[in-house]
This record gives sequence, C-alpha cells and structure tokens, in this order.
Amino acid sequence: MTDDRGIWLYAITRREAADAGAGRTGVAGETSRTIAVGRLAAIVGDVPLAGFGEEALRRNFEDLDWLGAVARTHDAVVSAVGGPVVPIRLATVYRDDDRVRRVLEHRTTELERTLDRLTGRTEWGVKAFLDLARARGHEDSPSRRGAGTAYLARRRAERDARADSERLATEQTSKVHSRLAGLAAGARLHPLQSKALSGRSEQMVLNAAYLVDDDRARAFAEAVAACDEENTAIRVQLTGPWPPYSFSSWEEG
Amino acid sequence: MTEPLPAPVADQPVALVDLLDRVLAGGVVVTGEITLSIADVDLVHISLRTLLSSVSALQPND
Repeated sequence: MTDDRGIWLYAITRREAADAGAGRTGVAGETSRTIAVGRLAAIVGDVPLAGFGEEALRRNFEDLDWLGAVARTHDAVVSAVGGPVVPIRLATVYRDDDRVRRVLEHRTTELERTLDRLTGRTEWGVKAFLDLARARGHEDSPSRRGAGTAYLARRRAERDARADSERLATEQTSKVHSRLAGLAAGARLHPLQSKALSGRSEQMVLNAAYLVDDDRARAFAEAVAACDEENTAIRVQLTGPWPPYSFSSWEEG
Repeated sequence: MTEPLPAPVADQPVALVDLLDRVLAGGVVVTGEITLSIADVDLVHISLRTLLSSVSALQPND
C-alpha cells in the first residue's frame, strides 16, 4: 500500500533540534517532517518511487540539472536543522517509517556519540590551487619566438621553473594543512578535483575539510587568509560553513 | 553559531562540485534496511561521469 512512495532521509539530530528541519520543501517538492525515537529524530520526506526509486535514481543521476537541484535541496533541509546534525548521504531512501525508526533504535549509541562530537563545531572547506604566475613573480615574457636554440633554452627554463614551483607548492600545501589541522578538532582530505570538475585552469593541490570549534571560526578564517598571503606558490581558498558531511561517518572512529 | 561568520565566505554561492564532494561521498551511510541498493561507489562513479561531461560546458571559465 505504500509501494509507490519511499522515505527520503535527510539528517538525524537531537529531538529538540529537529523542528527547524520540518516544514521545508524537500527534493520531491514534498514537505519535510520528523520521525522521533527517544532523544533522537530523523528529518525525512515522502518521495514518489517513480522519481526516486532505484531505477529512476540511476537515470536521474546522469542528469546534472536534476542532481544539482536535488543536492542543493537536500543540503538546504540539512542546513535548516537548528543544532548539531548528522547529515545523511544523498539518495538514502527507506520503504516506510518503521524502518527509519529501527535505524534510530539500532544506531542510537553511534548517533549520539557523533552528535556530541559535532556540538559547537562547524565544517569548513579549504581548497588550494597551484599558482605558477605568482610563484615566479609574474615575470611574463613576451611570447615572441627567437632563434631555435634560444627558444628551446627558454622552453627548458620554463619547464625547470614549473617543476620548482610545483615542488614549492607541495611543500607549502603540506605546511598549510598541518597548520589548519592544528586549529581544528578534525581534518579530512577529499580527492583532488580535476580541472574539468573544479572549473578552473589551475591545478588543485588541496581539497580538505576541517571541523572547527565555533568560537575559533574567526581565527581559522584568518589563518586561511594568512596561508594564502604567505605562500607564494599556491592560492588558498575558504569555503563554508558546511553541515558536517565530512565528519559524520561512524567508520572514521 | 556563537560568532558571526566571516562575511566574504558567507556571501559566496556554494559551488556545486564542492557540494557534491560532500553529499555523495560524505554524510552517514545507513545501509541496514534501506530499500535502494545503489552502492556509494556507483553514485560517485555516475556523478563524476556526469560532471566531467557537463561541468566544463556549464562553467566555461573562471
């Protein structure tokens, strides 16, 4: 009788923080609601399996417009929760409310432990990109071709300079990560985005997430700005605040 | 949040790629009695393929 709909799971939170996540417009245009068990509550939405069943999801995930809209809506519902929140990975769909309740019951210990760890903390993203022009001090030479040997020598010099810059960038990136991790309660490295993914012409050298105490958020942002300023071979960029997507899996311990 | 967020950051639109990094590979995975069985590897694989073929068209240059 409920074969045609599924329960999309957005987030799990403490019961008293859950209300702010309810009443939001969800991924299927539905209104989000809560399912509470004990001290925990799940933020969920009723979605038609015609659009959100396994087969439909496989098809829809190929559609970037669909994927982008669903990701942003999922994120908006997760972000609306007024307190520590455990975000759920995109496209987690249950058959009915009872199965969601059972998850809350069986996972109470891990969920509460995770919520405790996230309380008073926010995820920030930091990306760094290789900056060859800055590393070389903008000595742009006119692209006039000289005699063959001069041209080859210049090409070789450029290649050497590039290798030096990349070595320097690697050193600086590693220092930046250590410094920022030192200010954070947790750090996690995401895979580097290819140029096609990042939409930038510079090579990405760091794609990290840091879990930062809220009373240190400003100091953290200032440290990121200082890292950008002080390290000549890379550009360092802050993103966020994010719901703690990168710090919510239990496997990480 | 106990203090205002650094303003320039708060004003930036969220890049879809950064969001997908998180919603597809982060967050809790609760398999147990899930009705769908798409492996997360599949999700990331599918989405990356989608992105690679589409993102450059969407964002020609920065």
